[in-house]
Amino acid sequence: MSEAVMADAMVSPAVGGPYVEKAGGPVVDFSYVGIDAILEQMRRKAMKQGFELNIMVVGQSGLGKSTLMNTLFKSKVSRKSVLATGQEKIPKTIEIKSISHDIEEKGVRMKLTVIDTPGFGDQINNENCWQPIMKFINDQYEAYLQEEININRKKRIPDSRVHCCIYFIPPTGHCLRPLDVEFMRRLSKVVNIVPVIAKADTLTLEERDFFKKKIREELRANGIDVYPQKEFDEDAEDRMINEKIREMIPFAVVGSDQEYQVNGRRLLGRKTKWGTIEVENIAHCEFAYLRDLLIRSHMQNIKDITSSIHYEMYRVRRLNENNTVVARANGIPEHHLAAHEM
Amino acid sequence: MSQADKLKQGQFTNPETPGYVGFANLPNQVHRKSVKKGFEFTLMVVGESGLGKSTLINSLFLTDLYPERVIPGAAEKIERTVQIEASTVEIEERGVKLRLTVVDTPGYGDAINSQDCFSTIISYIDDQFERYLHDESGLNRRHIVDNRVHCCFYFISPLGHGLKPLDVQFMKAIHNKVNVVPVIAKADTLTLRERERLKRRILDEIDEHGIKIYHLPDAESDEDEDFKEQTRILKASIPFAVVGSNQQIEAKGKKVRGRLYPWGVVEVENPEHNDFLKLRIMLITHMQDLQEVTQDLHYENFRSDRLKRGGRLSSHGYILPLSPAKGPEPEETDKDMILQEKEAELRRMQEMIAKMQLQMQKQGDGEGDGPHV
Repeated sequence: MSEAVMADAMVSPAVGGPYVEKAGGPVVDFSYVGIDAILEQMRRKAMKQGFELNIMVVGQSGLGKSTLMNTLFKSKVSRKSVLATGQEKIPKTIEIKSISHDIEEKGVRMKLTVIDTPGFGDQINNENCWQPIMKFINDQYEAYLQEEININRKKRIPDSRVHCCIYFIPPTGHCLRPLDVEFMRRLSKVVNIVPVIAKADTLTLEERDFFKKKIREELRANGIDVYPQKEFDEDAEDRMINEKIREMIPFAVVGSDQEYQVNGRRLLGRKTKWGTIEVENIAHCEFAYLRDLLIRSHMQNIKDITSSIHYEMYRVRRLNENNTVVARANGIPEHHLAAHEM
Repeated sequence: MSQADKLKQGQFTNPETPGYVGFANLPNQVHRKSVKKGFEFTLMVVGESGLGKSTLINSLFLTDLYPERVIPGAAEKIERTVQIEASTVEIEERGVKLRLTVVDTPGYGDAINSQDCFSTIISYIDDQFERYLHDESGLNRRHIVDNRVHCCFYFISPLGHGLKPLDVQFMKAIHNKVNVVPVIAKADTLTLRERERLKRRILDEIDEHGIKIYHLPDAESDEDEDFKEQTRILKASIPFAVVGSNQQIEAKGKKVRGRLYPWGVVEVENPEHNDFLKLRIMLITHMQDLQEVTQDLHYENFRSDRLKRGGRLSSHGYILPLSPAKGPEPEETDKDMILQEKEAELRRMQEMIAKMQLQMQKQGDGEGDGPHV
């Protein structure tokens, strides 16, 4: 018996297994099997494969969307940085433009796609300006679905689905505009929406708090569920963390890709005659919270919700399109079927 | 030489001498009369919600024009069309009275479809012109109230990269009716470089689209150097990038009007921080000129257009002849017919009254002392 245990002990991988070096010689933990080793295997596999993240930015021209993307990923990932001419003319209709970048940090590779929507909300008549965006999101789901139902399908289906849509609210300080409400109402049903208050350096702290409270009220009053959605909290721990986030949204952000010297350190910020706004200083703006949410803590969760909830809803609707009777018989609620319509 | 001889030679003599006529005193009389009469000025403010228009007006005139203001939520905004709200306030400073009317335009640019949002505004401006034309052509011209819009501050958002399509469309629709002064709102969003870039962009786009904004007149050659320099600076700073505030903040030991941020204090009246002072100076030193341009240019344009088109005013006004070259338009013939019908009715009624009076007179004679008709 002891031989078997010894044999197992020696076979364990070099992940701090049961071999614990103590002063008196190696100690073997008899109750350890080694299942937690799978974490390391997954980590290595994930690092080899790399991650994909697709972020869409929506908002009127001039709200700092490109700058914020550059600030978030600390590199020039936005469409404007790639364009040679840096054209700033407002397009006549809404365009959808995707730019992909491969970025790497500590051996972890990520394929980041930023989807820009120039022309949104800039026209005099903005009716139905959300339609091209809805269509784009649904098209990505469709592409994934088509690949999935293929007989000979790829080992790793390329994921172009929009994981997260950052909606930029102009810092009026009063309340949401009808356009904001309309857009978020429709799109929160098909994609994770993260609303942010753009160019928040125009609001004092009191104005900011008042504005956020007004926005939260209006979101509630209109039944708009933004990320992190209450209904997808998995357990009490999740709920606690997410409640804290829900009390803070929308994040009031300021973006910048220029560095200035502040107190002997070089920081990203905006320099004005009356002071320098530090982007990563949480006393100045909430950029750090947004970055932590999107990248450091909830990135995987965002992707999971996209694939297991939003995509699944789309899939169910599509596969049942010709069989609505069957769908109803299976107890799928109507609003899920209707969600993807414009 | 005697005084009489000097007079004969036509020399201009000092006021103490008998040659002094005294009309050099006229400007003082005008001044005193104007001060007694007071000044009237109507300022219109147009811009999207949340650009700080009300705060700026309160800061400019150091009053609170909107004490009981309720800002509607998004749901109410969906239903709303553009309203016109005029508030009048009497300000007095060193004996000079100013009756200031601020015309606000809530709802402008709020709706998802802003296609027609400024037709209300244009109708309002035209109505004020119409009313003035009507009063001016009336029989009693003693107390004409001038409610014409003398100046329109158009608020441009600092967030964009220049003018929005709605900005261009609106300014082109009103630049022939009112003096347009473009103002960049909430300028503390911008760094100095961004502000200069935005101003240049806006001026380029104004040129490109042929928008006629109000131009400050050059200083006269006989004004002093300071005034000339001030005018030069003002002209170079258009459009003004302003910040408004209703609060007093403690900064560097004194109380200033400003906005308190975690990273510093923006002082409204500090010329290094924004152009608020320049805007105020421009408005105050050119109030007279703004009124003149409104009267001599915009009003006259309106008047000649109106009279060429219509020729007839409402029944209270003095009836002016139709221009012989143009016949009346179909609308007008309908109105003419209605007018003629009404005149015929009036005549009939007058005849009836005359008859009744005659009857009463006869009765009165029959009874003795009757009422004299």
